[in-house]
Amino acid sequence: MADVLPADTIRCDACPVLCYIKRGQTGACDRYGNADGQLVRVDPHILLDRAKSQGAPLVPFLEREGEWDGNLVKGKETFVTAIGAGTTYPDYKPAPFIVSSEVDGVDMVTVVTEGIFSYCGVKLKIDTDRNLGPERNLVRAQGEPVGHVTTAEYGSQMLSLGGVHHLTGGTKSEGRVTCETLLDLCNGKEVELTIDEGASVRVVAGKAPVVNGQQEERMRVGCGSATIGMFAKQWLGKVDDVVVVDDHITGVLSEHQAGKFLGVRETGIAIKGRRSTPGRYFQVANPGTGWGGTDISDPLTILKPFKEKFAWPKLRLLMVSTTGEQFAYFELDERLQPVQKELPSELQESVARIRENCEPALTTVLFMAGAGGSLRAGVTENPVKLTHSVKASLTRVTCGGAPAYIWPGGGITFMVDVTRMPENAFGYVPTPALVAPMEFTLKKEDYAALGGHMDHVRPLSEVLAEKERKRQVHSLPENPWPLQPRGSKE
Amino acid sequence: MMRDPAIVRMLPDGRRLHLHDGPIDLIVKANGTHEAISAAYEAAAKRFVTVLDELCGELPLLRAQARRDPQVLRGAVAQRMAAAVAPYAEECFITPMAAVAGAVAEEILDTMTGAAQLARAYVNNGGDIALHFAPQERYKVGMAERPDRPSLFGAIEISCAMPVRGIATSGWRGRSFSLGIADAVTVLAETAAKADAAATIIANGVDLPNHPAITRVPANEIAPDSDLGARLVTRSVGALSDSKIAMALESGANVARELGARGLIVAAALNLQGHTRVVSAADGCEFMELSQRSLLHA
Repeated sequence: MADVLPADTIRCDACPVLCYIKRGQTGACDRYGNADGQLVRVDPHILLDRAKSQGAPLVPFLEREGEWDGNLVKGKETFVTAIGAGTTYPDYKPAPFIVSSEVDGVDMVTVVTEGIFSYCGVKLKIDTDRNLGPERNLVRAQGEPVGHVTTAEYGSQMLSLGGVHHLTGGTKSEGRVTCETLLDLCNGKEVELTIDEGASVRVVAGKAPVVNGQQEERMRVGCGSATIGMFAKQWLGKVDDVVVVDDHITGVLSEHQAGKFLGVRETGIAIKGRRSTPGRYFQVANPGTGWGGTDISDPLTILKPFKEKFAWPKLRLLMVSTTGEQFAYFELDERLQPVQKELPSELQESVARIRENCEPALTTVLFMAGAGGSLRAGVTENPVKLTHSVKASLTRVTCGGAPAYIWPGGGITFMVDVTRMPENAFGYVPTPALVAPMEFTLKKEDYAALGGHMDHVRPLSEVLAEKERKRQVHSLPENPWPLQPRGSKE
Repeated sequence: MMRDPAIVRMLPDGRRLHLHDGPIDLIVKANGTHEAISAAYEAAAKRFVTVLDELCGELPLLRAQARRDPQVLRGAVAQRMAAAVAPYAEECFITPMAAVAGAVAEEILDTMTGAAQLARAYVNNGGDIALHFAPQERYKVGMAERPDRPSLFGAIEISCAMPVRGIATSGWRGRSFSLGIADAVTVLAETAAKADAAATIIANGVDLPNHPAITRVPANEIAPDSDLGARLVTRSVGALSDSKIAMALESGANVARELGARGLIVAAALNLQGHTRVVSAADGCEFMELSQRSLLHA
């Protein structure tokens, strides 16, 4: 019988079941899958493989018989993460394991645990100037309250989601939805959030936010007035007046302090909206998705007729949005009416520069949690000693190999950028609470000194020898190697 | 690529045996004298290494509609599978594959208890578990709310006196496809193969036909060689109202009660979006709450 396979299907020959596997799916075993036409192993326990070349992407390691890369067994090159370290369903015995390895002649120990965090949440930074909703208002997912709008930052709106009160302090449904929302955000999945008396946003860690159905492209470098201030000098002599259209504050070069300072001549330009201080206007239009976060698509609609007393024929006017995404160049005719012309080359650079200074708008997700006493007790018999060791920088804390920022003060309260962690690093329990990986790496002698479970320390080679249920991924080049001694160079 | 060899090894705790071959993954534990355990593990390993090849030799028949009368199947495991699904053969679509996990667990457990006198033993095949007890012995078994996430919502204590030697869990989130929307249906039955088949049937019964929040896809679009062919299997279930959840659970519970009355199951726990319904045919099968203790709590 001749097998004619559809283009997106492969036949797995890892066992006699000989599954047909479509692209993106796994076989009956859930261990082998079809990744873009390639048969790969997709097992859960993740080992970080130190990226040999910078920029190596996070990819599943092809662990096939006879293709095991001997280099990976060198202690220095492999770091056992806590992701999947807890034995998974149906075998519930997730004793944290404690791995020793030798790094530059120093015996290091990594204590690998997956912790359950009831006290945890995410801080969401959404790069947008759009008003997402009043501060302190509830943020909802699937109609359930999961967090609130917190203090806005420059160019970004901030949301604080999760926390013990939403997870366990409200209704069962509130807790479940909060847990799901946090889990999805941490695992890089899209989440839709609505803010009371505000916007609806779709967010994914590391991707551009979508606000009320509109995808954000760039963060503005400043408001319209600030943009005038930043670029006034570059416009001098090349154009007679510049209007930077912005939903917050629209700036006008000839009236602005920066223009006055440079001796820019009055042009008789007249702007609709409410004048704040010279050259700065509020509410030139309604908020929207047009120029500079307003609802306009034709910039001339915010201008009133030029004042004949000051304006002159051939007057050169540049109108540009705060992100440089929209721009138009006009010259006045004999009747002082603006006529659109092609943007002169000497102005193209300044528009490009505004655009260049507006960075891509992103959503960033920081997971924040506190490692309580019982988690610490899994590391050492005297939990407070672990805190002291972390605070003294003797113990390095990582989450799935990604560096964690440790908040000063008591306890081990940490924050980690979820995009620096391997995929699907987070789990949950229906308490509800999140399960997150944590690794504590320190010198073996320091581990013994703080009352570590020395009788459970296992050499790395032994952990690696159990090949099944492991997945090898490359470390991200921007992450410091978790086993690298502090202060040493590559 | 070479066929991956079967794996036979002790887990790092030195007490449990791990048997793995292709899609079969067994965690085995026996209690008894040292000699008895060794003999049991040796027999289990010896029996295990040919199981997958035996099954694959008869795959087309195992993937075909079950029949009421005994089928012409050669293998011992295949016969267990066919027997477990036979009671359903005339009322719905079901193939012997619906009982494969339980049947394998049972076969290995029987091999062990045939080789040695054991106080207790279990064979856990990805959540489908075959149990053995000497008199007075008991097991406490944790149950997961969803098979795809490591979490426990409850536990069952099973003793020798109860007519339960098999436990199985089925749901659309699990490794096998489901026609229903249950996150997990856990069934206690006389044997693991019976539990496995019944869990499939009950999980199929937890359903809301034509509900817009449920996405269904022909099984063979995902797995071309699925025994379910073009039948629609559940791929996602959106948030359901409490009344819809109750309706779906009730329809599954009706199936479970019927199977209980026919003596095909002892008890079942049905889970859907955080709600649980328990159906118990016999006295003394209490599903208990279990504290979270399997992971380190922060």
